[in-house]
Amino acid sequence: MKTILTPAEAARMIPDGASVMVGGFMGCGSPHKTLAEIKATGLTLICNDGSMPNGPDGSDYYGVAKLIHNRQVRKLITSHVGLNPEVAEQHNAGTLELVLVPQGSLAEMIRAAGAGLGGVLTPTGLGTLVQEAEHVHSVVEVDGRQYLLERPLRADFALLSGHLIDRRGNIWYKGTTRNFNVVMATAADIVIAEAEHIVEAGGIEPENVVTGGVLVDYIVDGGCADG
Amino acid sequence: MDKDSIKGFIAARAAKELNDGDVVNLGIGLPTLVPNYLPEGVSVILHSENGILGTGPKPGKEDAQPLYVVDAGGSPASADVGGSFIDSSVSFGLIRGGHVNCTVLGALEVDAEGSLSNWIIPGKRVPGMGGAMDLVVGAKKVIVAMEHTAKGAHKILTKCRLPLTAVRCVDMIVTEMGVINVTPEGLLLTEINPEFTVEQIRDATEAPLRVSENLKSMGG
Repeated sequence: MKTILTPAEAARMIPDGASVMVGGFMGCGSPHKTLAEIKATGLTLICNDGSMPNGPDGSDYYGVAKLIHNRQVRKLITSHVGLNPEVAEQHNAGTLELVLVPQGSLAEMIRAAGAGLGGVLTPTGLGTLVQEAEHVHSVVEVDGRQYLLERPLRADFALLSGHLIDRRGNIWYKGTTRNFNVVMATAADIVIAEAEHIVEAGGIEPENVVTGGVLVDYIVDGGCADG
Repeated sequence: MDKDSIKGFIAARAAKELNDGDVVNLGIGLPTLVPNYLPEGVSVILHSENGILGTGPKPGKEDAQPLYVVDAGGSPASADVGGSFIDSSVSFGLIRGGHVNCTVLGALEVDAEGSLSNWIIPGKRVPGMGGAMDLVVGAKKVIVAMEHTAKGAHKILTKCRLPLTAVRCVDMIVTEMGVINVTPEGLLLTEINPEFTVEQIRDATEAPLRVSENLKSMGG
């Protein structure tokens, strides 16, 4: 059985300067309760996007937008920041390092790290600015076709969110919330999964387990967002 | 035509390119109008790269689940009957793996070789590429659907000036003036909106434009 933490207890595990992957897409499927408690600064944040202000949950800053607004992020590795104007402001002011990665490459770089692969060969980004980025090792030709060799990407922590999580850490996701949560569960030293509902072992049918509990180190009792 | 009817006109023409059963990904803005104009008997499976294969109609306020089911723009969405929710790795595997038949998207610039710029204006707007780079590399057919110029400024160029989204990826350009195919010999005007002349279209296009021997009317 996994240790169950409060959002504040989970957040206190994260030290200043840590690298943190956060699941979610425009905040949908992010571990909102845990994010709200994080006090650490100087973070390297790996997340699909910079989320947005004015969340559908009534928050002023939705998901990781809170960390960005509070200037807790030193470096952001992401695919899209167009809906959060604070990212551009901080980047232009020189206080936030921004690394833009194509969304599919980002997912696959994380998957590669979690699956023990040495990199990803993808045609995406060939001949563009991406080719010059730090996450690209080189251009590789295989059987006459060119690819970017993208490095695997892992982090100190992965913060996930699941609708149902059983006491063994098995996760079932609701709607479109699985997004990056699934790959991030495999690619961090410490994986913390925030549950909207914690259920007993067996409370999720084996066929419906999307993320296996062996990948999860801690469960956060997040309380339910939909009553 | 006013702005809205121009957009509808372009979307309607792009819709004619889709075949029954196609898996289709639509970019933000004008391309989202395409499903409103699908020809009779054509039904497509919409892919939202954040994690829906078989996206359904926009939910009403009462049915919306903004915390749980959104589209790639973060707005409330639904899965259609027979649709499924997928994770980001699977979603982009479908894209790069050639399982998406067509993507329709907008452009800042597109050039004579079919290279596309639509993700960054250095020093001005840096929203990021999101899923665009994967989509235009992976989708089997890439249609740029956009207004022919940006308030008179050329968008169809000899060579893109903004940073590229991908090299030689566009198959077809649909605008309010006509339909242009990207061929190994450059751009070929295949259809013309009868409200314009070939000369007007050439004036509005920086890239050299050949005219098809079978030039058709774009009407309807």
